[in-house]
Amino acid sequence: MTPYTATGRPEVRWPAARRALADRPALTLGGILVLLLAATDAVSPGFVTPHQLSTTLLYAAPLGALAAGQTLAMLTGGIDLSVSATATAAAYLIAGLGARGTAQAVAVALALGLAVGMTNGVGIGVCRVQPLIMTLGMAGVLGGALTLASLTFTNGVPVVPDAVHQLGSGTVLGYLPLDTLVWAPLAIALLAGLARSGLGRAIYAVGDNPLACRLAGIRVWQVLLLTYVLGGVLSAIAGILLVGYTNAADLNLATPYLLQSVAAVVIGGTSILGGSGGYGGTILGALILTVLDSLLTILNVSQAGKQMLYGAIVLGLAWIYARAAPAE
Amino acid sequence: MGRHPMPAVNLLEVRGVSKRYGAVVALRSASLTVAAGEVHALLGANGAGKSTLVKILTGVIRPDAGTIEMSGRPVRFASPASAPRAGLAAVFQDPSLVPDLTVRQNLRLTGADPAGVRRWLAAMDLGVDEDDLAGDLPLPLLRILDLARALAREPRLLILDEITAALPADLVERVFHVIRRWRAQGRSVLFISHRLVEVRTICDRATVLRDGADVGTLVLAERAEQQIVALMLGPMAASPEALRPAGPGAGTRPDAAVRDRAGGASAAPLLLEARGLAVSGALRGVSLSLRAGEIVGVAALEGQGQDALFDCLAGNRRADAGEIRVAGRTLAPRTPYDAIRAGVVLVPADRVHALLPQRSVRENIALPLYNRAARWGPIDLRDEGARAGAAIARLAIDTRAQRQVRRMSGGNQQKVVVARWLAAGFRVMLCFDPTRGIDVGTKRQIHRLLRDLAAAGAAVLLFTSELPEIPLVCDRVLALYEGRVVRELPARAADEATLLRVVHGLAREEPPG
Amino acid sequence: MTGPPAPGAAGRRPIAALRAVRRSAWTVAIVGLLGALLAVEKLVHPTLNVFDMQSLVDGALPLCLAAMAQTAVVLSGGIDLSVGPMMSLVNVVSALLMTHATNGQAVLIALGLMAVAAAAGALTGAVIVATGVPDIIVTLATGFVWGGLALHIMPIPGGAAPAGFAALMTGELGSVPSGLVVILAALAILWEPVHRSPAGLALYAVGSNRAAAYLSGVAVGRARVTAYAMGGAFAALGGFALTASTTNGNAAAGTSYTLTSVAATVLGGVSLAGGRGGMIGPVAAALLLTLINTLLTFEGVDPNFSLVVQGAIVVLVVMVAGLVLVRRRGA
Repeated sequence: MTPYTATGRPEVRWPAARRALADRPALTLGGILVLLLAATDAVSPGFVTPHQLSTTLLYAAPLGALAAGQTLAMLTGGIDLSVSATATAAAYLIAGLGARGTAQAVAVALALGLAVGMTNGVGIGVCRVQPLIMTLGMAGVLGGALTLASLTFTNGVPVVPDAVHQLGSGTVLGYLPLDTLVWAPLAIALLAGLARSGLGRAIYAVGDNPLACRLAGIRVWQVLLLTYVLGGVLSAIAGILLVGYTNAADLNLATPYLLQSVAAVVIGGTSILGGSGGYGGTILGALILTVLDSLLTILNVSQAGKQMLYGAIVLGLAWIYARAAPAE
Repeated sequence: MGRHPMPAVNLLEVRGVSKRYGAVVALRSASLTVAAGEVHALLGANGAGKSTLVKILTGVIRPDAGTIEMSGRPVRFASPASAPRAGLAAVFQDPSLVPDLTVRQNLRLTGADPAGVRRWLAAMDLGVDEDDLAGDLPLPLLRILDLARALAREPRLLILDEITAALPADLVERVFHVIRRWRAQGRSVLFISHRLVEVRTICDRATVLRDGADVGTLVLAERAEQQIVALMLGPMAASPEALRPAGPGAGTRPDAAVRDRAGGASAAPLLLEARGLAVSGALRGVSLSLRAGEIVGVAALEGQGQDALFDCLAGNRRADAGEIRVAGRTLAPRTPYDAIRAGVVLVPADRVHALLPQRSVRENIALPLYNRAARWGPIDLRDEGARAGAAIARLAIDTRAQRQVRRMSGGNQQKVVVARWLAAGFRVMLCFDPTRGIDVGTKRQIHRLLRDLAAAGAAVLLFTSELPEIPLVCDRVLALYEGRVVRELPARAADEATLLRVVHGLAREEPPG
Repeated sequence: MTGPPAPGAAGRRPIAALRAVRRSAWTVAIVGLLGALLAVEKLVHPTLNVFDMQSLVDGALPLCLAAMAQTAVVLSGGIDLSVGPMMSLVNVVSALLMTHATNGQAVLIALGLMAVAAAAGALTGAVIVATGVPDIIVTLATGFVWGGLALHIMPIPGGAAPAGFAALMTGELGSVPSGLVVILAALAILWEPVHRSPAGLALYAVGSNRAAAYLSGVAVGRARVTAYAMGGAFAALGGFALTASTTNGNAAAGTSYTLTSVAATVLGGVSLAGGRGGMIGPVAAALLLTLINTLLTFEGVDPNFSLVVQGAIVVLVVMVAGLVLVRRRGA
């Protein structure tokens, strides 16, 4: 027997868009991306060039990595509000330790991501704290710690290692951004992992029904722990790519990316309630957001305006997806 | 509609009501007539559309087409709040009391008259502390409170959706007593239940739904069950042949032959032993043993410790005392995982607890395959497909809605839960009321499957709330009463009358061993 | 005020009072802890007035009001991530409108803005109810809209507030800190009437078990919208507290209050699942968090470090509370 629905759902309008998104999200999102590119090209003739597309990929890679962690968290029915704080912290470590050697700086930055993810994972998986609270608190702790750290860093000169700077802003073969070369293998691993690995199955399952997982012998805490650890490391990678691009760390480096990471996931069709969606949609979501950002910049929209528009877009798309879900 | 003589006054008249969810038709065209002063049963297999019709009658959902009339006047319900105004009150399958409010606040929430509620509770010989949080009360009492609250509204038509499902037998009697009083006052009841015996006991007429449409209304007389079952199954599925599972070697043995095997199991190895299992407030030293090839039934009224017993054996709860041995080895499961590793698997009471509603049939069946970190690497898709395919075939699961199990019927969902363990493998299966709320055809399939599993060397512990199932499926039966095994019987001797006596704690005997 | 009011003859039996204490044990503990900490400080630093109620309440007022905004929503089973940006927006708009206003005009402006904020909250709630999109997503999005709007209105800090209006919220009324009066007035005028009405019961019911509430005939949508409207009104008060204490407007002033309002709500014993808790606990928790901050700062700890400590306390408390719950369930 199906449980009674708590609210009478209004009749569905926009049946075409609804069905298109429900049945072929990738195709629909791809279509939106192409439309956006065409619109940008119409506003600013000559936008669709290999050079501009390369720049789009370059911008999209850090967001793509950040949104990857967010996707994993949301697939398990959680949310990670510490992704941008983790990325900023990683960026800070790279700049602060850059003088001591690239490898060391990168290793410490990744270790920080691991530690943050581990703490989140223990809180959420073992202590059963709500993901929202845990990661919001973690973001608070990281934010405060960064403010403290920024005071000590002013003594030395922060240097972003050249290799990281190259990775975050350089290209090979003329147009292929180096950070895309970091993002692409990550993306492939995530896509394959979610679809065809035991862990991927477990992540979807935990998001869909944790009790069923327990009764089937899956230790939910292990899945959640690993999910948030992966999220922490992915956020750190995003921070490294980001600081490589900006070539300098500041306290709000990744702050605007928090909503964007959620937006990319929501646009990509992953439900915050967990158990359905995937990283493929998120990739398209990140690309759509990046092209949209270019378009808005060309149209001279202020930061405040962009922020409001992103809020509206997240709301609108989440609405369409909510309607696309079956009425039961 | 049936062509039986209609009573003069029709209280409720439903004509051609339909409802679809996207592509899924939940109700094709249902009609139903309830006369004043009548207890009318609404019957049908799972997925026949009973729940949908009830939801429409109570304003939970709105129909796509059709008309509803009360005493000849058309009515239209926008929400559950509007149904009572038309003289309709319902007791839903799920308790509708808010857990964090006290009973008193719950009554105020619905504008129920507390004095009326107290009166009806008294009529059932029950009382409740109105300052208790609803969430602290046991489920059967919550159902009764729901009923009293509905009765206190003095509706003309009372809708009872599976009210007896969670009630122990003595409470069922008291509910029936109240229903009879209600009818004597010239008021009506629409009674929805899977238990045909109850339907025959309390109802005057019955309307049967099949595939979203009404297929007949009949006056209930002695021996009406056969007729009802035939209507529910329809012409295609009526022959027993069609109910047999499609798997190799399955369903070839008639039930009688199965039961004859029962005596021969004593030489088989012991698979599961429990000694003195205790859980405070639930279990007081339960011992049992299961041999390979054996199905042992557990018979009990609601709340006699059977939940705790199954949870302890499945590792979902830790016993305060006692020992569990699986195939001779001690097992002290901290989580279900430990029990599953030892080969003890659980089919839980509520399939909602066991399923991944948004995932496919295949992912649901394959779930236990990935329950340890060592299996979190790449999936062997061919192996997974073969295991899932074999389990689907053996249980004859209808895979038309396989992309998301939430779109499947209840019976099919239950089969998916069982199929999971066929694919993963096990030694001992703990089945907690696996046939509750599912249709007759699927019930028979599950009975046969359990016998087949036992024949193949597994052991099955089966709790069922339907006592007639026990002689049909089990070899032995343990009667549980107040957290103790009060009696052990061979299944052949466990006719319903005997079982009813022992589960009520009558005819007590020291448990053997 | 913890838990919905029980009508009729409570305390008919001696058990009733005991039961009330047990059901709000967490609130009692938090209030007790706050009292103990204050007492200890009085003993250790008898001559210092840094710790007097006046400055404590002034510092804690925005957080107290933010926590009340969050609590109203959380009790109904939701969560409002737009509390902070809403406070920023109200802060910015009020500072802009009050720049040349008299005290009387300022109060009128405040009342008007409160109505607008309540309407904005109701709109958020209505969007959540109508679309079926989870609260987190909707309020995250509206939060960005409010924040963007605040930044658009006032890209750099500016505006002003008349001194009388500032004193109304952060001064002293007699010997009582006026902040305390504001909180009590907000509870008495805004919260209690709703709380004691059927609408308040519905709000708790919807938070406790939405399906059961719906089946009981509760207008679920209306109750949730009410909660968000209450949240909007409290957030507006929080915005005024910011305006009064800084006497200017700053689009970033409210940012941190989203996190801290959730923290105070959780520490205040309100179940994030909804339906359980009251307003006293979160207000006490907000005072407690502020007090700890003040103490650390006074002991010479860097203010930024106390931010870390505050975050860490919240994380630790929820983790330990979670662990205790898990162990109790496991046993």
